[in-house]
Amino acid sequence: MTSTIERADAHPEAPVPVRKSGGFTAAAANYIEDRTSISGVVKEFGRKIFPDHWSFMLGEVALYSFIVIILTGSFLTFFFQASMVETVYDGSFVPLKGVEMSSAMESTLHISFDLRGGLLIRQIHHWAALLFIAAIGLHMLRVFFTGAFRKPRELNWVIGFLLFVLAMAEGFTGYSLPDDLLSGNGLRIIDGLIKGLPFVGTWISFLLFGGEFPGTDIVGRFYTLHILLLPALVVAFIALHLVFVVVHKHTQFAGAGRTEKNVIGYPILPVYAAKAGGFFFLVFGVIALMAAFFTINPIWNYGPYDPSPVSAGTQPDWYIGFADGALRLIPPGWEFVWLDHTWSFNIIVPVVALLALLGAVAVYPFVEGWVTGDKREHHILDRPRNAPTRTAIGAAGVTFYAALWAAASSDIMATHFQLSIEGVIHVVQAWAVLGPFLAYFITKRVCIGLMKKDHEILLHGYESGRIVRLPGGEYIEVHEPVDEYERWKLLDYEVYQPIMLRPNAEGKITAGMRLRARMSNWFFEDRIAPPTREQLEAGHGHETHGEIEKGPGLV
Amino acid sequence: MARKSRKANRRHPLATVVLIAIGLVVTGGGYALLSSTTTATADTNASSQETIDEGKKLFAANCATCHGMSLEGTDDGPSLIGVGAAAVNFQVGTGRMPMAMQGPQAMQKPPQFTDEQTAAMAAYVASISPGPAIPDEKYLQADGDATNGGELFRINCAMCHNVAGAGGALTEGKFAPELKGVLPTHIFEAMLTGPQNMPVFNDDNLTPEDKRDIITYLKYIENNPSPGGFELGSLGPVAEGLFVWIFGLGAVIALMVWLTAKSN
Ligand code: HEC
Ligand code: HEC
Repeated sequence: MTSTIERADAHPEAPVPVRKSGGFTAAAANYIEDRTSISGVVKEFGRKIFPDHWSFMLGEVALYSFIVIILTGSFLTFFFQASMVETVYDGSFVPLKGVEMSSAMESTLHISFDLRGGLLIRQIHHWAALLFIAAIGLHMLRVFFTGAFRKPRELNWVIGFLLFVLAMAEGFTGYSLPDDLLSGNGLRIIDGLIKGLPFVGTWISFLLFGGEFPGTDIVGRFYTLHILLLPALVVAFIALHLVFVVVHKHTQFAGAGRTEKNVIGYPILPVYAAKAGGFFFLVFGVIALMAAFFTINPIWNYGPYDPSPVSAGTQPDWYIGFADGALRLIPPGWEFVWLDHTWSFNIIVPVVALLALLGAVAVYPFVEGWVTGDKREHHILDRPRNAPTRTAIGAAGVTFYAALWAAASSDIMATHFQLSIEGVIHVVQAWAVLGPFLAYFITKRVCIGLMKKDHEILLHGYESGRIVRLPGGEYIEVHEPVDEYERWKLLDYEVYQPIMLRPNAEGKITAGMRLRARMSNWFFEDRIAPPTREQLEAGHGHETHGEIEKGPGLV
Repeated sequence: MARKSRKANRRHPLATVVLIAIGLVVTGGGYALLSSTTTATADTNASSQETIDEGKKLFAANCATCHGMSLEGTDDGPSLIGVGAAAVNFQVGTGRMPMAMQGPQAMQKPPQFTDEQTAAMAAYVASISPGPAIPDEKYLQADGDATNGGELFRINCAMCHNVAGAGGALTEGKFAPELKGVLPTHIFEAMLTGPQNMPVFNDDNLTPEDKRDIITYLKYIENNPSPGGFELGSLGPVAEGLFVWIFGLGAVIALMVWLTAKSN
């Protein structure tokens, strides 16, 4: 199979005359074509090119998990009762027989124990949800580290970010629906979080729960969000996201023949569509296998929600873990009374920190665009090493997130590694504060080291490991030159210079300009330019080494 | 089917019944064996002087360094006056005593004494000063009300031991252990004597019938594994999250790499 090049300036070809013979398929196709004129769309869309790299499929995994979620979720709505009316359980799970619980819990138990296939569908739904958000997360990391969010795709990054937040909201509302002990504990934490906000907290909590926690409204309200509002938003944003992908065309890694003006890969029809269609079933299969063999959210163990008991090891699903972890990391005593109000900084600080983290993710493309001052379109992806500062920022962010995440499982780490929980928390606190800096510096150094290595390879070729003794008795290692394809990959990247601080039209230097110059300097002071043509030609045989080029200090 | 010869049938219709019967006899027999040993311990509650003397010797040799020659306690171990036979049976029967090393909490080891020796020491400690006795067999059959037991467990025990009895962390390196595989006697005695950081649930708190119900519940969830499949340690969302990242996403990524691999 050869790959195809899609040109930005390609014109759709003239429609092929429709043949009037060819049996049922052709007849059906004609019938539909005559009434919808859809062939133009199919053809245009079918000729879209999708480059081949495994990491480009992460978004698809998210999409397919979402389809699985919609399918199984619809099934669950047929049987789930979103009501907190008290009933007495009389199903087949013995240890809950005769227990008073809400209809929500009762119907979930009914789905799990007395409905044919119900438990499997429930487990598929939940595993698919976990996979959905994990795939989104990994997809975002891929897009971040390859710089795929740069112009013209900044808005699509924001849409993707909104999808991530919506997915978390979907997950959390779903987790709360069965009204079991675990979900009730989770809601209680959210309630505490809300109530900890100064002035407005109590009001918002009462508004949300329709009175004092837990009330009898919350399941019904979350249900509306979970099956109506949030999915509608998710579908709308997914559609928009995909439209943008088609409009912008897909990005690609640098390689022979690949330019900012073309996309090299397979056309969607037939190869890519076949692969993608098959891939949907593979993803579905993986989820179904997990659901068939591994219990998820065994609500029958948790029992119905009752505000008094709390189980050891109560945790949210993984995607809310970072919020739970942030709460756990705050040292005790950050609460005081001032102006007749209790100021719960143990809650305000983590809430603000989390919002700041999410906000930083959302606006990053704009910040980077502003700092680089780069207004051009980018369709060729960066190798992470070639954008050391961005990669280092990303690594710092991941490290911070991972620390919050680890904190959410501090008790499990304590019991399983026989540590004291206080010790675990202290270590994670240090990790959350120092880890990001460490990750930043290490990553940046590693990136620059790798760039140096690439530079060497371009100039002198690979170390072949073959040692040759020269007639004079000298030993040298033979270097193999890089081939053309490899050279494209190594050479095709850009180097930015820090912005020079120049007075604007009015002859002034504003504070914003200063900040920008300083940030630009921070971004680009350490860089390694790809070797020039002259260097490359001269390089073979000479002993010039790639050096870190230090930008002139600014400001 | 019916026309086929008898021999061709892979299983006689009665085979299932016979299998079940054999299964019942084997488990029942095993159970009888097991409970007969515990009955033996229970009997030593009102034990002969001979057993007490035997217990005294064992105690002096293995326990007195820490608990004192006459149970008065030392710097290395608390006084055992009034702890009763139940505490000794629990501590020695679960392998916590004799304690091996100082730590946040006396760790479980394989029990070092036979049931007879344990019973003898229990009898000896009980003979010095009375305390909670080894529980009566009739509370240990796991035949009570699992529903009541489940509710009591969630209210009284789950905050330390986790709803599914999977265990949980306490402060300063102490922890509430997993409850799978603990003998009914030991569950009862743990509630009765409150080992170390566990509170005492005396008979006014939880009646012996309540304790029986809790045992019933714990045994029910132990003997009826999750209908949803493997339980991932009953650890809840953390285990589920790790699983989906490592195995779920891992499998999917392997598939992606495979799908996009260059075919040559
Ligand atoms: C190395 C010292 C040491 C040895 C040896 C030792 N113990 Fe202990 N024992 C302790 C300590 C310390 C505790 C208190 C544990 C705690 O509460 O953390 C204890 C607690 C106990 C308790 C529980 C007391 C209560 O209040 O419920 C019993 C019963 C007991 N030991 C019995 C024994 C018996 C029987 C032996 C001999 C087989 C023995 N111990 C050997 C140190 C020891
Ligand atoms: C305050 C926390 C706490 C509560 C509440 C609690 N336990 Fe415990 N439990 C512990 C600790 C700590 C231990 C370990 C004691 C030791 O190692 O000596 C323990 C030990 C046990 C053991 C012995 C386990 C073994 O492996 O030998 C059983 C059985 C037990 N608990 C049952 C219960 C039951 C049933 C309840 C409720 C009625 C309960 N616990 C309530 C903390 C608690």
